[in-house]
Amino acid sequence: MRKILEALGERFLNLVRYSGGVAILLGQALFWVGVPPLRRRHIAEQMNFIGVNSLPITFLISLFTGMVLALQSAYQMQKISAEMYIASLVSLSMTRELGPVLTALIVAGRVGASITAELGTMKVTEQIDALDTLATNPVKYLVVPRFLALIIMLPILTIYSDIVGMVGGYIIGTFKLHISHDMYVKMTYDPLKFKDVGTGLIKSFFFAIIICVVACYEGMKTEGGAEGVGKATTSSVVTSFILIIAFDCFFTALFYFVGK
Amino acid sequence: MIDIINLCKSFDGHTVLDNLNLKINTGETTVIIGRSGCGKSVLLKHIIGLFKPDSGQVMIDGKDVALMDSRELNNLRMSFGMLFQGAALFDSLTVCENVGFAMIEHFDIPPDELRKRVKECLTLVGLKDIEDKKPAELSGGMRKRVGLARAICVRPKIMLYDEPTTGVDPIMGDAINDLIVELHNKLKVTSIAVTHDMKSAYKIADKVAMLYNGKIIIYGTPDEIKRSPNEIVQQFITGAATGPITEGIDFEHLL
Ligand SMILES: Nc1ncnc2c1ncn2[C@@H]1O[C@H](COP(=O)(O)OP(=O)(O)O)[C@@H](O)[C@H]1O
Ligand SMILES: [Mg+2]
Repeated sequence: MRKILEALGERFLNLVRYSGGVAILLGQALFWVGVPPLRRRHIAEQMNFIGVNSLPITFLISLFTGMVLALQSAYQMQKISAEMYIASLVSLSMTRELGPVLTALIVAGRVGASITAELGTMKVTEQIDALDTLATNPVKYLVVPRFLALIIMLPILTIYSDIVGMVGGYIIGTFKLHISHDMYVKMTYDPLKFKDVGTGLIKSFFFAIIICVVACYEGMKTEGGAEGVGKATTSSVVTSFILIIAFDCFFTALFYFVGK
Repeated sequence: MIDIINLCKSFDGHTVLDNLNLKINTGETTVIIGRSGCGKSVLLKHIIGLFKPDSGQVMIDGKDVALMDSRELNNLRMSFGMLFQGAALFDSLTVCENVGFAMIEHFDIPPDELRKRVKECLTLVGLKDIEDKKPAELSGGMRKRVGLARAICVRPKIMLYDEPTTGVDPIMGDAINDLIVELHNKLKVTSIAVTHDMKSAYKIADKVAMLYNGKIIIYGTPDEIKRSPNEIVQQFITGAATGPITEGIDFEHLL
């Protein structure tokens, strides 16, 4: 019994320590964002890596998701001859939910993992200590460019994903379900309010913060050589995934109740 | 002068430095010897403020490193040059950007002047025409020397060397020793090196200190160390497998 309590206590302490560490890193990142100079070249490089290089995989996943959404809903909608509502269903679910969440998961897997691996390797090879000894703050030098690049690029990727998803729905809707072009486009835009896109973008902004801070924190506290880097990378992706889904649930509930 | 007073440090209940006292005189080369894992790197990192002591102080010219604010600490660090055990070059940057890192970060130095400065530093460590290579393209000995060039690029007053000869072949190791002595004479720096390589220690040291069980157990000139009656010191400097350090440890399972 005592052992169990001790183990639970230990877990809880670790959780508190982890959250504290992440919160402190977030605070430092926000502080250093405000301190010039901003490294334009670094930010541009990161934006290219995070954003531009994520376009193909975002395209594929969003397109297929849009198509699957249309097909799956057609299964029910056809029974009540309400196929044209498929367009609205696809556009609303993409902008409000799937666009932001899918994009965040893709980026957490692709970019979050690579940030952790890179920073983790720098940590275990003492490159982060070397930055400190050269009087350069590692948060300012390493975290801030990634942070800015992520909070700019993730919402942009999300919009891209929303649009590609709707195109996926359109392909199924017009070619397979024979909804007319005009009808499909009208039913896509009509129910769409600014709020739907806006809440999706707010979500993706917070997801970007989660991905960056978790990935950088995991990287910068890596210990134990190559094995440690591997573990940190896994842990970074798993933690980001859980936090993204948890925050998504929280935000959706929040917007639901506030929106009423 | 660097004055380390009653320095204690432990990690998760494992004591690494235990009431350690050591004075390092300005202008001298002090070599700290000790077995792998005894806390030599940890000690060096306390001197440059990368670790905070659990208790005790590291005083540099009368100022406590742990109490400095970030500006003072950065100023202090600009007067230090540190060579890391694995060189710790930034893989994403070229040799030129590595060596000139502090210059690029902290001074508005025009590119041609930077290249000139970098070239000078590389010449001092015996390298040339590698400015545009990436660290991954270099051999271990070259990486160490580029690390050294990066450390001296800020014109430091104090040099810290973490196992400068570990991981390079004996000839390159000796070349690095020569380099350390030469830099010491040319740049008039205070140097602190940690190592377990006795040959290197004898070659570069004005003073030798031995770290054992978290404490400095002996301090003196290389000759004094050689003549020390202390059995622990004798076992270490002669490199014997049997003796007081390894008492109770059975190496037979290794055979
Ligand atoms: N950041 C750290 N966290 C926990 N333990 C550490 C850390 N750095 C060093 N240690 C421990 O301190 C001891 C001394 O390490 P170190 O100074 O690297 O030895 P060496 O004398 O070979 O340089 C080792 O047991 C190591 O596990
Ligand atoms: Mg070491």
